[in-house]
Parts: sequence; structure tokens; C-alpha cells
Amino acid sequence: MSKLKVLMFGWEFPPFKSGGLGTACYGLTKGLARHGVDITFVMPAVPDGAHARFVKLVGADSVKIRKIDSPLVAYMTPASYEEWHATGKRRHVYGRDIFEEVQRYAARAAKIAREEKHDIIHAHDWMTYLAGINAKKASKKPLVVHLHATEFDRTGGNPDPRISHIEWLGMKEADRIITNSNYSKQNIIKHYKIRPDKIDVVHWGIDDVQTHHFETPLKKDKIVLFLGRITLQKGPDYFIEVAKKVLDYEPHTTFVIVGDGDMLPRIINRAAELGISNKVIFTGALSEQDVQKAFQAADLYVMPSVSEPFGLVALESLKNGTPILISKHSGVSEVLKHALKADFWDINEMTNKIVSVLRHPPLREELKKNGMHEVQKFTLDEPAKKVIHTYHHVREVHA
Amino acid sequence: MTNVCLYFQVHQPFRLQKYTLFDIGKHSRYFDEQKNKEVMQKIARKCYLPANHIIRDLIAKHDDFKATYSITGTAIEQFEKYAPNVLRSFQELAQTGAVEFLAETSHHSLSFLFNREEFDYQVREHQKLVKKYFSQKPKIFRNTELIYNNELAQHTEKMGFKGILAEGWDGVLGWRSPNYVYTPAGTRKMKLLLKNYRLSDDVAFRFSNKSWNSWPLTADKYAGWIAPILGDSINLFMDYETFGEHQWEDTGIFNFLKHLPAALKKHNISFQHPSELLKTEAKDTLDIPHTISWADVERDTSAWLGNKMQQSASARLYQLRGSVLASGDKELIESWRKLTTSDHFYYMCTKWFNDGDVHKYFNPHDTPYEGYITFMNVLQDIALKQKPGLLASIAHYIKEVTV
Repeated sequence: MSKLKVLMFGWEFPPFKSGGLGTACYGLTKGLARHGVDITFVMPAVPDGAHARFVKLVGADSVKIRKIDSPLVAYMTPASYEEWHATGKRRHVYGRDIFEEVQRYAARAAKIAREEKHDIIHAHDWMTYLAGINAKKASKKPLVVHLHATEFDRTGGNPDPRISHIEWLGMKEADRIITNSNYSKQNIIKHYKIRPDKIDVVHWGIDDVQTHHFETPLKKDKIVLFLGRITLQKGPDYFIEVAKKVLDYEPHTTFVIVGDGDMLPRIINRAAELGISNKVIFTGALSEQDVQKAFQAADLYVMPSVSEPFGLVALESLKNGTPILISKHSGVSEVLKHALKADFWDINEMTNKIVSVLRHPPLREELKKNGMHEVQKFTLDEPAKKVIHTYHHVREVHA
Repeated sequence: MTNVCLYFQVHQPFRLQKYTLFDIGKHSRYFDEQKNKEVMQKIARKCYLPANHIIRDLIAKHDDFKATYSITGTAIEQFEKYAPNVLRSFQELAQTGAVEFLAETSHHSLSFLFNREEFDYQVREHQKLVKKYFSQKPKIFRNTELIYNNELAQHTEKMGFKGILAEGWDGVLGWRSPNYVYTPAGTRKMKLLLKNYRLSDDVAFRFSNKSWNSWPLTADKYAGWIAPILGDSINLFMDYETFGEHQWEDTGIFNFLKHLPAALKKHNISFQHPSELLKTEAKDTLDIPHTISWADVERDTSAWLGNKMQQSASARLYQLRGSVLASGDKELIESWRKLTTSDHFYYMCTKWFNDGDVHKYFNPHDTPYEGYITFMNVLQDIALKQKPGLLASIAHYIKEVTV
């Protein structure tokens, strides 16, 4: 049997990433490469990256990267594109808005699809869907679209119709849809009226490379961690309200907020309003090594996402030995048992659980021990196998 | 040739309702009355009433049929509150003379492992209940979940018991058979009756398992297995909830029970009570220094005390005993005792949670972690109540010293 060749359209890849999508694409391609799948990974990139590092990271020559000269980065919104456009950093003639950019990316995709030999086209999230559709038109190969997050997840239910339209179009034109959880599948069915039997659920895994252990500095306070983009989807506003309540009961606690995003100023202001600025540390976005350090220093990681199709970072936390409190509105909560769970809007219940972890070390120790054990189940192999299954399925139907 | 001793454990715990940080110091409604009522009434309907009915019929039909029960104090309290007809039907069984009641702790607690005073108290309380409702004075003791060691046998002998039950586990029996009567090490005249776990579990656990090669199990087949066994007694010990609750009616479990005495009679096997075995001479002395139980493959206490949450919760609970009793607040003391029920610790067990097995029993909490959080919040409320009293008594003490 000849090797399966996949033309994959993504929009970020380590080390150039601003969220879980890059990590997920990295993990998926690594897992697929191990199972003998050839991948050409097409991505837009602000053209000053050193992408050679990536190939070395994956360590497989079966993955090859193609760049399209474009400023697209993950999680760019129409507004942030405009902001970037206005900085004058652009070296080439780019589209005036993000939608033109997506179109430009899509136009290049057709050319690549004609040049690169492939059996399957696989497109990750809305910015690449038009590229995927064009590639399919050019090569007549089956298209798999992958939903890591929908516009409904990102905006808390107030989608930009231009984006949700592209999402809908991608799913309609696709031969098959992959998403990260049953939670997400239900949302897709609800918001986009897609046939349930067209959607495959593939829960994410995590790289099995050993975690480096850092010396945790002596600390006076217990640490509760938020780590993610400071955007509506991730629920930082709930986190800050919870912080206030927890401090009423456990004053020797510091809340660390790692990440960047459009809501950051608002969260900083809210901390001041609540009079807890001295108990909240904003680090901005951190390097991967510092992220690990942050996990390891924390007593608890909280993921109060409003809507989280998966939530890979929860697995990263467990891998670092840090217990988690996760939103019930997440894909990861349907597969993890050794985790505390709460509704993101239930400030009291989150406070109840956080205070319990801070007060009762045995709770933390059991969550840590069992969580570290459980997270080992989530390898890169399982999702890769399932995705390959989807590939075979669409090829059979397509043939 | 041998006889059969059929013994059923009847127990229901007072389950906690979700009790959060924000309830501490505000109210003391720890227990979920609604849920406890629902569960009790459901099990009464599915198990206690139909099973008691069959036992009563069997007693009427077969002169030699006998059954043995131990009913926990918490179950009796729930019968009174939520299902008085169940209590009446047990009382009717008691009046037939063909039913023996055993002693245990009133609150189905692990108190023997933590506090002997509390253990003694709960055993006495339970004896009072058996006397009050069933007019019997038990001679035989069975500890919660068949938790057992030499010390327990020695201790209960001093309390006046003549016999005690334990798990007939190979790990302690070695080459010995569980079907004979033994003497516990360090006791004078105590008799040790051992559960034949293979035959007991065939009914309690395997009965409805279609992948078991002996499925379906009929009374005749089962009697055929028992017939050739030599021994003083085949001790079939199991939860009464086996009938209709753990094994549903549609598995044929009630028919099995109905036909068992007749099937055994064909082999000239009849029934006896544990107290009848007290006259039997012991075959050997059994030395069981380490604590065993009837739970899981490990037959240890790890289902209740295996992880750090369970250890910290139980330690904290018994730490509070002194001040709770000193408060003299009857309601508070009774709430505290209801927390000693072993089920609360069972809900915190993470052993099966690892393998993705479902808990064998109904767990009122979503996860073991939530079970622990609620339990510790309740203990915090109880501790908080002690503070004024404690401060007052310290103030009183200081005053006396300084005067």
C-alpha cells in the first residue's frame, strides 16, 4: 500500500502559535507521521519566521511545510487585522481586511493543490476552509474540515456572520467533518444544522515527551493559575470574580494570569475595582518553558471557559502535575474523570472547589496523583488512528 | 453433608446533600432527606418488601427453613421515617421464630478502627434497637463490611458475644476450608464463622452475568454444587439488596430464592442459624492479625480508607468526637454519628474510578472528590459549632483557676 498523502491547511504551528491550535496541529501531524502518513502542511506566515526548527521538532521528513506569504495568525479577528494593517509592517500588498486575506490564501491554495501530490485535503478552522474548498476544486480530492473551535465558541454566541458563513460553507463542501468532542459536535449540529453522521469526534491527545521538572521557588501564598488567551471564550472575567471570593476565605492566595488578549485591560481594571490587584499577577504570554514553570508552581489550574471544544491545556496541566478545575462546557471534561468540574458561570461552586483544594492538601494530592496517571491515556496515537480512519472512510466514499 | 446458613445484611446510609463553603456556619441540614427517602422507598418496593414476602412464605412452607439478618440502626431509622411497612414486615419475620438477628454497630461505622469507646457505644445502641424492635438479644457479632482481625474477636468476646463473622478468604485460611467453625486467636470460647465467598458471590455478584459459564444459575444447579461439600456449615453471607436491587427481578433472582429450600431438601440439606453453630467444636485456631474485610479482590479496608482523602476525612471526623459529645447537643451528636457510616468514605474511593468501572453502589456525589469536599465542609460546620462552647469552657476554666 502506498503512503497516504495529505495536503493540510493550517494557520499556526509551533513555535509560532498563540493558542492550542498550533499545539494540536503539531501533535496531530506528529502522530500521523508516526503512522506513515505523508503531510504537506501549508500555513500562512508573517515572513520572518525560522521554520526550519519545525521540521527538526517533528523529526520526520514525511512532513514538509509550505508557506504562503501572509500575515494571518491564529485567532486574528477582523479588528485585530485592521490594527496590524495600520502598523505599516506589511512588506507586500496585502488585502485591506482579513477576509481579503483569507481569499488570497484560498487563491494560492488552488495552485499548491495542483503542484503537490495528495490523496486527501485537510483544513483546520475557518481561515483555511476557503483554501480547502479551492484545493478540492483544483485536485478533485476529498476534503476533510477540522473544527477546533467555531465562531460561536469564540464569541460566546455572538458570531460575526461573515465568519460563521465560511464555517458553514466549509462544512457543507467537506466530505467529512472532524471535531474535538461530543460537546463540540452537538454545538455544530445545533448552530449549523449539519447532519450528525457527517461528523467524527476525535478527542485530542498530548505529546508523550517527558516533562522537565523545575525547582518550584519557595512561596508564601498558594497559587491559582489561569492560562490561556485573555478573551471572552476563555472566561477570564469569571476567573477574576472567583479570585475575589476565594480571597475572602483564603487570603494567602495569589492568582496568576498567563496570556494575552483583547480582554486583558478589562481584567486588570476589574482586579483593581475589586481591590485585589496585589493578589493578582499578570505575566502576559510566556515561552513554553515558562508555561511549564507556571504550571508546576501552581496549586490548581482553573479553566473557566465559556465554550471550549476541547481544552488541550487541561491535559498539559495534568502532565505537569497540577490538578485542574475545568468548565463543564468543554470537550476535555467529557473524557477526564480525575478533574474538578463546574459551570463557568457558577462563581460560588468554583469558589467552593478552589477553597477546598487550598484547604485540604489530601484533595490536591489525590487529584494530582490520579490526574497524572489518567493523562497518560491521552497519547498522540489515538487521535492519529481515528483521523486515519476518517481519511480511509472519505477515500472509499469518494472512489 | 452439611447445612446452610443464610445471612443477609440490611443497610441504608444517610446520604449527604451538596454542602458548600457557603453553607458552613449558615445551616446544618447536612443530609439529603429527599434523596434518602426516594432511595429507601425504591429499594423497599424492589427488594425489602418482595424479599420479606418470599422469606415469610418459605418459613410457612418449610419447617427447616431459617434466615438470619443484621439490620443497621440507620436502616431502621429510615424504615421508621420513610417505609414503616418494611419495619413491620421484619417484625413479623422476627415473630415466626425462624429468624435470627445479629449485632453490629448502629451506624454501620468503621469505629472499631478509630475509637473503641465509640465502637462500644454503637454496638450497645444497636443491641437496644434489636431488643426494641425484634425482641432478641444477639449472641453473634458482625462488623461493618465484615471488617475483622484478632483484636476485634477478642474485644467482642469481652463484650459478651459468643461468635463472630468474617470473610472466608484464602489469604488467611490457606489450606483450611471456610465451611468449618474456628476459634479466633487470643479468645477463650469465641466461635468464628466464615463466609463461603465463592458460593455467596455466585448469587450476589455473578447471578445475572451472562458471560459467566454457569449462567443461568438455577436453585437445582446451586444445590447440586453444595451437596457434595463437607463441613459444619456453608455460610452464605450477602447484602439483602442482592434480591431485586443489585440483581433485578427480571434476572430471576426471586425465583431462585423461592426454590432454593426445596432444591436443597432433595439433597437432605437444611438450614441453621449462626447461634446453632456455637455448640460446634472448633476445628482450629485462626490467627488473623491484619484487618480483612469482604470487599474487593484485596479483602482489605482500602475501599474506605485507601486514599489520602479517606484517611484525612476519617481522622478529622474522629478528632471531633470529644468536643461533639461534650457539647451535649443531641442533634449534633446524632449528625456526627451519621457521618461515621462507612458509605461516606466509600463514596471517596478512587480505586474503581481509575479503571472506568462504575461504582457498585449508588453514589450521591458526581465524583469521589466532590464526596470529599462536601464531607469536609460538613465537618467544618460541626467544628465551628464547637468553638463557642470550647471558648466558653476555656473561659470558665481560666476563671476557676484565677479565682
